Amino acid sequence: MALLEIRDVTRHFGDYTAVDHVSISIEAGEFFTLLGPSGCGKTTLLRMIAGFDLPDSGQILLDGEDMVGTPPEKRPVHTVFQTYALFPHMTVADNIAFPLRMAGKPPQEIRARVTEALDDVRLPSFANRFPHELSGGQKQRVALARGLVNRPRLLLLDEPLGALDAKLREEMQIELINLQKEIGITFVFVTHAQDEALALSHRIAVMNRGNVEQIDEPSKIYGFPRNRFVADFIGKISMMDAQVMEAAPSHLKLDIGELGEVITAGKEGVKPGDKGVMAIRPEQVRISHPSNGAQLKNHFLGTVHDFLYIGDVTTYIVELSNGTHIEALLPNSAPGRATFFEVGDLVGVSWRHDAGIFLHD
Amino acid sequence: MTKKAEQGRTEGRAEERAEVGIKERTARQRMAKFFVAGPPLVFLTVFFVVPSLIMIATSFRFPGEFGGLAPIAAPVVSAHVSQGLEYGFTLEAYQFFFSDILYAKIFLKSFAVAAATTLICLVMAYPLALLISRSKKHLRNLMVLLVVLPFASNFLIRIYAWMIILGPESGLSYFINAVLGALGITPITLLFSPFAVLVGMVYVHLPFMVLPLYTNLEKHDPALLDAAQDLGATRWQRFWRVTWPLSLPGVFSGAALVFIPVLGMFAVPDILGGTGDILIGNLIKDQFLGTRDWPFGSVLAIMLTLAVLAIAGLAAWFARSAVGQRAT
Repeated sequence: MALLEIRDVTRHFGDYTAVDHVSISIEAGEFFTLLGPSGCGKTTLLRMIAGFDLPDSGQILLDGEDMVGTPPEKRPVHTVFQTYALFPHMTVADNIAFPLRMAGKPPQEIRARVTEALDDVRLPSFANRFPHELSGGQKQRVALARGLVNRPRLLLLDEPLGALDAKLREEMQIELINLQKEIGITFVFVTHAQDEALALSHRIAVMNRGNVEQIDEPSKIYGFPRNRFVADFIGKISMMDAQVMEAAPSHLKLDIGELGEVITAGKEGVKPGDKGVMAIRPEQVRISHPSNGAQLKNHFLGTVHDFLYIGDVTTYIVELSNGTHIEALLPNSAPGRATFFEVGDLVGVSWRHDAGIFLHD
Repeated sequence: MTKKAEQGRTEGRAEERAEVGIKERTARQRMAKFFVAGPPLVFLTVFFVVPSLIMIATSFRFPGEFGGLAPIAAPVVSAHVSQGLEYGFTLEAYQFFFSDILYAKIFLKSFAVAAATTLICLVMAYPLALLISRSKKHLRNLMVLLVVLPFASNFLIRIYAWMIILGPESGLSYFINAVLGALGITPITLLFSPFAVLVGMVYVHLPFMVLPLYTNLEKHDPALLDAAQDLGATRWQRFWRVTWPLSLPGVFSGAALVFIPVLGMFAVPDILGGTGDILIGNLIKDQFLGTRDWPFGSVLAIMLTLAVLAIAGLAAWFARSAVGQRAT
């Protein structure tokens, strides 16, 4: 049985449907992420799991028990808030002790568990500080310790890394993964940052306009997006209109208009005549001198339209003969920027027969 | 002279110029500061510091024959030589104050009334301030306006209105006595009693408690209450562990704004109180307007000021130890 089961949950705010017949089941011990743009319903869903909001229809089961009707303070679910919401009038130790005190634990146990929690988040000497004396990352850790100390069945994290700068964010991501592994508590993480979701999660639910578009492991979400929204929202991807000519379990042959045809990975439920797009990730596209690269099945000629030097890689935007743009990544493995191609150069782009994917309209 | 030295000299001049510029700027800033802070400073000096000094000096003098003050020196030539009139400086008024337990009792009673008023105001104002702070934004301003609306009508008129409300002919008195009569208790009069004084005091000072509480509560981050609830706190626990401790600065300033004015208030006990309901304010007023014993009136006023300062200092010390280290 799943630890948390969201069954056909719907929530309206007036005419607006924030969550639309969503079903998700989350296993114990999972690091599960709700990912989506703002307004996709992920925060509403989180608030319903915490108990601050109630579904208009559907059920939320925790350990098989319906949570509707159980107020937030009675649910074995704790939340790490976006703004941390540390109590400003309490020390770090008192903040962390709060859920234990509310649960009526004896003082000796509270003391021991607070010390342990402070060790867990690597802040052993901060017990007597006040929140305003802490940096953003330290506040974040205290909020985590406070959420975890009473061992909830489920820890909800509402964009907790949003307020941190990029470097600290990466550090905290690694710490979060380790902490979750160590403590074994199920995390439900809400974010709009796709890189964060990919890096942290066991599984991701991509949400859009109150619907779940895809639930999968990060590599599946990235490599095999189920539809155009997921493909577009996660990472960079180039798309071109395509019609299926031949559909085999191992591969598809697509007609991409005047450019000719491409071979992509096979996909279930696709039959000849289907219309959609051929999508390809920039790092899968090889850019070369026009004479090279013909050994790959999918090989097209184009001119360099633009390029972006990002540091570790350079992104080339290549314009194909029919005017569509396709992105290709070239790693800068040599010192300095590898200036292989300039704007206007004639180049060849190619990719493996199993690299592209077909997405229905 | 080498070129280098000359360069050095011009650089020096530039520095000098810069220094002069800074001096000019600070002088101008000082002028600006004076113009901003000057007028209130002058006002307070003329109308607060000087009168306070006069009052302190007065407390060491003898009362005059027909009120006011006796001259410091005896008149050398006088057509009218009063019998037993004394001149110069004395501690007589202070001796008088400390020799009679009556004054200590009146002080104590005044402090008790002030404390009771403050407490009742706090109990009444807190839920109201909480309600206003958690209302929708456009409603909040309207509610605050309603709280301060009584200030639009004259204070004395409002107190006289209470005379009618609490008077023996009022519906309230009839109702209360009807209930008491049904229970077999002898009828009571509401007006001219300590009860009436307390009602008046609370009525006048309630807004002074509501406003600082509201300003404090309005600033609380609602996420804190969500967090407390999420972590297992019930409604009461959320109040006592989060809202109340965070509101203490507002409680202290509201208490100060009620307690101190109530101590000096004489109009309310004058109008609503009985003959036995004399507070310090009435006593001081009587010394200046009734018995015309200025030195003793000054002593009473000084004692009141000292007592208030002592309490304010104590409260500030309490507040600091209770909320001093806190962020808000």
